[in-house]
Amino acid sequence: MPIIFGIILLGAVTGIYAGFRRQMNLEQWTVAGRGFGFILIWLLMAGEIYTTFTLLGASGWAYSRGGPTLYILTYLTLGNMICFFVLPRIWEVGRKFSLHTESDFFRQRYGNQMLASLVAILGVLFIVPYLQLQLTGLGIIVQVASFDAIGRPLSITIAFVIVAAFVLSSGIRAVAWVSVLKDSLMLFVAFTVGFGIPYHYFGGIRPLFRQLIAAKAAHLTMPGSTQHNGHLWYISTVLLTALGGYMWPHTFGSVFTAKSGETLRRNAILLPLYNLSIPLLLFVGFSAILILPGLKDGDLSLLLMVRKTFSPWLLGLIGGAGALTAMVPAAIQILTAGTLFAKNFYRPLFSPSMSDDDVARLAKVMVVVVTGVAMYFALHSSTTLVGLLLLGYSGVAQFFPGVVLGLYWKRVNAIAVMSGLIVGIGLGAVLTFTKHDPVMGINAGFLALCLNMATTAVLSLLTEVDANSSEGKARRASLSA
Amino acid sequence: MSRKRKTLAFLLCAIPFFAMCFSVSLWDRIYPLVFGLPFNLFWLMAWIPLSALCLTGVYFLRKPFMAAKDDPS
Repeated sequence: MPIIFGIILLGAVTGIYAGFRRQMNLEQWTVAGRGFGFILIWLLMAGEIYTTFTLLGASGWAYSRGGPTLYILTYLTLGNMICFFVLPRIWEVGRKFSLHTESDFFRQRYGNQMLASLVAILGVLFIVPYLQLQLTGLGIIVQVASFDAIGRPLSITIAFVIVAAFVLSSGIRAVAWVSVLKDSLMLFVAFTVGFGIPYHYFGGIRPLFRQLIAAKAAHLTMPGSTQHNGHLWYISTVLLTALGGYMWPHTFGSVFTAKSGETLRRNAILLPLYNLSIPLLLFVGFSAILILPGLKDGDLSLLLMVRKTFSPWLLGLIGGAGALTAMVPAAIQILTAGTLFAKNFYRPLFSPSMSDDDVARLAKVMVVVVTGVAMYFALHSSTTLVGLLLLGYSGVAQFFPGVVLGLYWKRVNAIAVMSGLIVGIGLGAVLTFTKHDPVMGINAGFLALCLNMATTAVLSLLTEVDANSSEGKARRASLSA
Repeated sequence: MSRKRKTLAFLLCAIPFFAMCFSVSLWDRIYPLVFGLPFNLFWLMAWIPLSALCLTGVYFLRKPFMAAKDDPS
């Protein structure tokens, strides 16, 4: 228990110290003056990808679903290949026009405030349940790791106050520097647990799989222990998440912190290597099938295995690392949601005369508000939010046509993008809420993305509004430089 | 960039997509075990560094044409 608190405290001090003696204006706070080099960008990006969902979810899926879990390895790798081309271009536009958020990007490219506000609001709407998920995960980790000595409400509250404190004081710098601590702990944990557990119970990875194949061979290939997650599901889900995974608004924030496009390209090449630690988490989930059969909640498999196997100090270490794993993404999500609301929703609609410093102040107030809202949901875990989260994953992917077609195709205009976005999210929502995901074995979000793409493309070809206005021409010329 | 370089870069990018995604029904199997791992898990783990390699290839193909675009000032 002291170890958990020690690590969380160390994280808090690192985070607050990161912005020490720096003037925190909007530019510094949201994008750290666009000065991050390769290592900080790498940590920031890895920090966003490696969330509690990865830590608990990867082993949990390996436990409860088996084969389909492999999509995680694929989409993270292929997503990076797309990042290699797209992110440097987003960065160029960002630097040229001093953008801070995803919504700024839409405003710049399409010159349409309604579209930009829609993007901002949807962004916040999708972030809140994601944030709540991080916090619930944190509560679970700390509770199990402390042998139920620290209850969920207490740990969630403490973690939230700390996250809000370092976001308020140091902005995105805090996130990057806490990532340093979190990533080194996480790698240590993954290696210890991923090799330790199979060796302890089976004498190695090889015997683990030999026994598992003898007991439950079908679990290891697709569709594993699921009904519908077959090969079509795999292909459509990989494509959806690889294309749309980096469309989260907080990814844009970290893209803009980079020093150059070159930094982002190198990062895209090396980031996938980090994913080689994910199979270690899968080993733990697979071991749990044989050692702890019949768990109701597969997501607990990693923690329970660790609790059963290792001495309490290691569990404490994992508790602390797990807590940081939730706090790092939560911090950047809170930061992004606050900025989106203040800069892209409130200012243009209610108070156009606000200065950037006022926006930064309002964004900080919103940090506290968003934190409060997510904390409320995390404490009174609401089931409707689960639906929103499922929608969020396929929902952010719907920004893809607006961003990528916008970068590479001159004809795309605001009306087409907005229609595509509404159609895509609408179809995604209908299919998700009526439990029609997957549809005939295909990921519902992927179908929504296809419809969105088609709508955007067809309407862009049909409408000539933007193409004829001189303003539109100038804007497009500036982007395709 | 010359047409030849472009085609080559495109092919290099297409390889991992084909190997890791579209060809799933060819490698989604348990046997042969490689280093004790089921074949599908081994295949994807092998392709993580291999796709980094493909991307490195693309990086060097494009590099001479990128220098003008980024000035890290």
